[in-house]
Amino acid sequence: MTAILVPVAALAASLALFGAFVALIGVSPLDVYQLMYTGAFGSWFSWQNTLTRAAPLILTALCTALPAQLGLVVIGGEGALVLGALAAAATGLALEGAPAPVVVPAMGLAAMAAGALLIGGAGALRHGRGVNETISSLLLSYIAIAVLNHMVEGPLKDPASLNKPSTAPLADDYTIGTLPGMDVHWGLVVGVVCALAAWVLMRRTTFGFAARMVGGNPRAARMAGLPVGRLLIVTTALAGAMAGLAGMVEVAAVHGRANASLVAGYGSTGILVAFLARQNPLAVIPVAILFGGIGASGGLLQRRLGLPDASVLVLQGIIFVTLLASEGLHGRVRLPRLAKQPQEA
Amino acid sequence: MNVMTWVGAPSLEAVAITKRFDGFTALDGVSLKVRPGTVHALLGENGAGKSTLVKCVMGFHRPDEGAVLVDDHEVVIGNPRAAQRHGLGMVYQHFTLVPRMTVLENLVMARAEVPALIDWKAERKELAAFLRTMPFKVELDAPVATLAAGDKQKAEIVKQLYLQARFLILDEPTSVLTPDEADETLGLIRGMAESGRLSVLIITHKFREVMAFADDVSVLRRGRLVGSGPVGAHTPDTLARLMIGDAAVAGPAARAATPRSEIRLEVSGLRAEDDTGTPAVGGVDLQVRAGEIVGVAGVSGNGQVELVQVLAGQRPASAGTVRVHGEPYAATRAEMRRHKVFSLPEEPLKSACVPGMSVAENMAFRRFDQSPCARGGWWLDTRAVRAAAQALIERYRVKTTGPDAPIGTLSGGNVQRAVLARELSGDVAVLIAANPVFGLDFAAVADIHAQIVEARNRGAAVLLVSEDLDELLELSDRLVVMSRGAIVHETTPVSADLTVIGRCMAGH
Ligand SMILES: Nc1ncnc2c1ncn2[C@@H]1O[C@H](COP(=O)(O)OP(=O)(O)OP(=O)(O)O)[C@@H](O)[C@H]1O
Ligand SMILES: [Mg+2]
Repeated sequence: MTAILVPVAALAASLALFGAFVALIGVSPLDVYQLMYTGAFGSWFSWQNTLTRAAPLILTALCTALPAQLGLVVIGGEGALVLGALAAAATGLALEGAPAPVVVPAMGLAAMAAGALLIGGAGALRHGRGVNETISSLLLSYIAIAVLNHMVEGPLKDPASLNKPSTAPLADDYTIGTLPGMDVHWGLVVGVVCALAAWVLMRRTTFGFAARMVGGNPRAARMAGLPVGRLLIVTTALAGAMAGLAGMVEVAAVHGRANASLVAGYGSTGILVAFLARQNPLAVIPVAILFGGIGASGGLLQRRLGLPDASVLVLQGIIFVTLLASEGLHGRVRLPRLAKQPQEA
Repeated sequence: MNVMTWVGAPSLEAVAITKRFDGFTALDGVSLKVRPGTVHALLGENGAGKSTLVKCVMGFHRPDEGAVLVDDHEVVIGNPRAAQRHGLGMVYQHFTLVPRMTVLENLVMARAEVPALIDWKAERKELAAFLRTMPFKVELDAPVATLAAGDKQKAEIVKQLYLQARFLILDEPTSVLTPDEADETLGLIRGMAESGRLSVLIITHKFREVMAFADDVSVLRRGRLVGSGPVGAHTPDTLARLMIGDAAVAGPAARAATPRSEIRLEVSGLRAEDDTGTPAVGGVDLQVRAGEIVGVAGVSGNGQVELVQVLAGQRPASAGTVRVHGEPYAATRAEMRRHKVFSLPEEPLKSACVPGMSVAENMAFRRFDQSPCARGGWWLDTRAVRAAAQALIERYRVKTTGPDAPIGTLSGGNVQRAVLARELSGDVAVLIAANPVFGLDFAAVADIHAQIVEARNRGAAVLLVSEDLDELLELSDRLVVMSRGAIVHETTPVSADLTVIGRCMAGH
């Protein structure tokens, strides 16, 4: 019950704070929210825009939500996405000429492997060396972005891309098309399927059971003889694979090539989505759509109200801070019949 | 603030308190009066509602019905801070002081308002003066981690007195203490009550303490008050009958004569470090045969916890070997299963359970990846998990609202039972147990002792670590004494010389 109440209250509080913020720069908050709604969910067109943005968000959110089951805080989704995108583009270019049914899955696998390597690396560092996974995943993420920049400006650069260094464009039949009857690409289905699979994995398999034991109490997990290290590394690798797949989707469905515009903040927004969804893989889906909507409305705010493009980022920042601040309220808010359960004395 | 209410011991009355958890009635119209300047004992079997009652008084729980009266005035206590303002203080069964900080630091930081800049010298002087007015002696500058259990408990009590508690609630304060430590602590508390400085409500499972230190006693059974009155009107027998009614208590288990058999568990040259990296286990050699209970005696903090953790797979050994059935044993899941090694660790909620997972899930920790809980070794059959748990709950009489309740909501004793059910319900070849009856009511103690002997009779090798010498003398076939991380003495219960054991435990 409070599990839903607290994030919703946090969301409401941040909307109020953001309202105060826009009022300060002289814009009516009501106009802003009205417009945001229109831009995100007001028409079929804006819905499609929203869903397109939600697809990678679901995947990057899983990159944080899966390790969270083990009690880890991983924030390297951006890097895994970028590296996955690069791997997908490189694979697509290397296999140029081969039939699409072979190449597209290969691109996906390459992207997942790249992401898995990055975040699984953070998990391995944590297990083997006791390195804090939050810090290491963030730093690895910076390295991944640097690698992308290096590759698109160097070895993989398409000489034709002058002012925006990029890889060569992918062959047309290697791109992912849109869902029948709409302008949303198949990445959305990939994301939803992955979220469902992640939920099933954590709730309905022995692997997930073991992972939740480790997350809930590592001492009890050790007493049951569970391979804590292996669970840690496998889960982080899987998480990285999800974000890597997001990179592949972005390359194959949106950009058609790898370049710096892949660093679009999907990774960091994904962290926010995961936290707001309370790390529940199923809840990630609606929350990702909500944030896809916030992102989609940014353009409209800029055009109609002259708000800076970054204002939606301000909103996201406010939501994140409010959410973290409200974390401490879990179990402390007293609903009439739901009191706090203190430690058994 | 009225000065009059501050000086001297207040009376406290709970009036018709009812507390329900999701339809389960944990307390049903319980009334209780603690007279000023007395020690009042609260008894009841595991899950009777004792902790729930005092948590209602302290403002952790909000009772559904009923009221709390301090000095005959109704008070509304919404949270523990408010309780503190009314002069109520509570000492929990588990320690709450910060181990790495000194007693002085712990006390000062516990105050309701701590100045931004602390003048430690002045605080120290003030506290030392305060302590001189107290019968309790504690070392102010010692880090809490270095204190013995009895001194820690005293420090916890001093903390409440320092926070100006005039009414002290103690939830099983003695289960972690040796009988001598318990007597000393309770004696001091009783003295303070007699001199009119404190009123005390104490939860305990030990009749001896009730008879020796309490003025009045109240007994709860299944959330109802079934008896209350002066201790003089009772004997341990009448109290026991009040607690459990006419239910039969397991008699002492008959020890089957077991022939001298093969060595099941062999520990040699085992060394391990504690959490801070200091050597805690320094070269332990031990052998346990099938059908034998080897008791390990010792004062807490002499490496027993670490020894048990190594054997249970919760702590790496820094040197030495462990063998089970003659094969090297590293406490992996496969080895545990192959050799049927189980354990009953200390503080089960902290070391053997995941509090947020359900009772059913916690009971499945050993078997969740096997049929019937798992299909094909990977698909979790949640229905089978629940069914298995339901059977265990009935067989081991675990009191819970159901298999889906988070195990953290169970009473302390029932968490213990749930773990026991998980570890002992199958075929056991080796059992590692550490203080398995801490915090259990007398019926449960008898029950668990019987189960351990039962496992031994069926041929299990049992290593039993305990701080209760009586328990060890009753259950063990062989007894060793551990001091400063090493085995310093070995004897059998029949030929045991208590003075020698006492001296060895003290490290001489
Ligand atoms: N937060 C909670 N939610 C649901 N049930 C609870 C909760 N807290 C306690 N209970 C239930 O209330 C009953 C009484 O628990 P309580 O902790 O008061 O027992 P107790 O008398 O202190 O037992 P013990 O001697 O084992 O500590 C138990 O059956 C327990 O499962
Ligand atoms: Mg209790």
